[in-house]
Amino acid sequence: MLPPYRIALLGDSATQHLATALTGHAYDRGLGLSLFDADYDQLDTQIMDDSSELYAFGADAVAIFLCVEKLYAAYCATAQTDRSQFADNIYMKITSYWQTLLRHAELPILQFNFAEADDGVFGNYANKLEFSFLYQVRKLNYLLMQDSAASKNVHIVDLNAVQQRYGRKTLTDEKLYYLAKMPLTMQILPTVAKQVVDILLALRGRSAKCVILDLDNTIWGGVVGDDGLSGIQIGELGMGHAFSALQAWLLELRRRGILLAVCSKNEETSAKEPFISHPEMLLRLSDIAVFVANWENKADNIRLIQQTLQIGFDSMVFLDDNPFERDLVKSLLPEVCVPDLPADPAQVLNYLQSLNLFETVSYSDADRDRTEQYQTESLRQAQMRQYASYDTYLISLEMCATAKPFDAFHIPRIAQLTQRSNQFNLRTVRYTEAEIAAMAENPRYITLYFTLQDKLSDYGLIGVVILEEQNAGTLFVNTWLMSCRVLKRGMEEFIINKVMETASRLHYRQVIGEYLPTAKNAMVANIYENMGFTAAGEGRYAAQTQTFTPRPTRIKEETNG
Amino acid sequence: MDREQVLHRVNAVFRDIFDDDTLAITEENSAADIPDWDSLTHIALLAEIEECFGIRFSMKDVLGMQKVGNLLDIIVHHT
Repeated sequence: MLPPYRIALLGDSATQHLATALTGHAYDRGLGLSLFDADYDQLDTQIMDDSSELYAFGADAVAIFLCVEKLYAAYCATAQTDRSQFADNIYMKITSYWQTLLRHAELPILQFNFAEADDGVFGNYANKLEFSFLYQVRKLNYLLMQDSAASKNVHIVDLNAVQQRYGRKTLTDEKLYYLAKMPLTMQILPTVAKQVVDILLALRGRSAKCVILDLDNTIWGGVVGDDGLSGIQIGELGMGHAFSALQAWLLELRRRGILLAVCSKNEETSAKEPFISHPEMLLRLSDIAVFVANWENKADNIRLIQQTLQIGFDSMVFLDDNPFERDLVKSLLPEVCVPDLPADPAQVLNYLQSLNLFETVSYSDADRDRTEQYQTESLRQAQMRQYASYDTYLISLEMCATAKPFDAFHIPRIAQLTQRSNQFNLRTVRYTEAEIAAMAENPRYITLYFTLQDKLSDYGLIGVVILEEQNAGTLFVNTWLMSCRVLKRGMEEFIINKVMETASRLHYRQVIGEYLPTAKNAMVANIYENMGFTAAGEGRYAAQTQTFTPRPTRIKEETNG
Repeated sequence: MDREQVLHRVNAVFRDIFDDDTLAITEENSAADIPDWDSLTHIALLAEIEECFGIRFSMKDVLGMQKVGNLLDIIVHHT
């Protein structure tokens, strides 16, 4: 169970049931919420008044839900001549809420967009009239998108997308609004709550990173082992079209940076054949980070995939048409997400899209396409077997690393690593981009990011260290995290050597490190001791700059790269 | 569906919403008789009954529900 998240919910309608749904849904997903539900229509007071209950509550995140019914009432009260500016004016008001909130505290804001509704006054012609309500509400949603894209702290809760999927009739029951000022039905509340919790979990670093695919009757129709290469259904004809559509979507996920893996009960050669020689297959072997086809049970095979990719089970999604295999994986690996796919292949893609499995709160170029890196990793493992000793192998890699203070260009990636790294992360402190930028400027902090490359690949930014001055003689390791992809290559040693060298150069006497255990970071429980630090009690470790002996590593420092 | 059956199913919904397996409502019961029956729970109750019987109450229906008996009248009328 993650520690409780303090959420303030601000709305201009009756939000009590939404608050209950949020707390309940979050609890079901392992996230405890402590929720402050502001009184009905108190937004201005709560946000603008420094001494409001909102600020006394000390939220970790604020959710703002303004309903389209109230928006329409405000539109009707607007003079005809001002209606073309209606969306801009509301947008200014909402962004001023954001700015005021952010002046008080650097926290995530979850802004609901508006469920677009036409008032039926101009019919389809409303699309051509700038001052129509339809035009203005759509423009407002667009402006919110545009502004949230430019702000790291604002996340849009896409209520309009929920309405598109389930329809206005499911979203709203007018009598509930008229009698109780409730703009959402009880029926839709779990779905709306899910959208919010998806974002909160992503903020907490929980996100899907990998989709594991069954093959026969999941990504193509038929059984390749029985029906043969030409017998499987894929392509425009017949049922094949449904599978092609699913593959096209999987390919989009891969382009976004989600890893694809195969876990199939098949002979490896026949399982791979469609990827290699079927002209209508969209997925190719180069799209698959790990390919496992054998007759072992799927839970064991998923464990194997997990070891190769070094990502948590809770970041994996397993797709299989066979309910037996799904149940097996669910019961043996309860952390893996296993959607119950509809039996009709025509419904599978739409169903998967409705689940919102790939929520994220940031996206950078480095996320794109990690498949190749993982394939190189498989190659590296194969090469390793050829070397007599691990050390000879490390030397052969010709590794070079750099260590540099944070710069504007790398801040988004650094913030994202603090959000997402769970395993090699000593204190698991999550930072926003703005916080990272602030530390980079603050002389009390010494910041370092590390990059690594070897003869096979360039890993880019793989390590982050934030040192904090505790007193004139002591530096505290506020943050130390590293990508698990570069584990056991001597990078840990390289980083700690750099930390001690930096401390010494700046005349600090000692460096204090701390290990804060979480459910996922056991791998670094002993790292400070392994690096030559001495236990100082309560999970803290110390090393003196005068007496520290640099740790042996095969990584060379590149100073001008 | 006769009135008896409707009462039986409505009672099941009440037990679920008020989380009390011993609850036995009568036609004469009103919000005053059940401590947790406030305006918020009322909304949840109505939504659940609508779903249970596959009906949609009108505003007039909602405002006319002074006691369980009225509720049964309305459901019987709709079904």
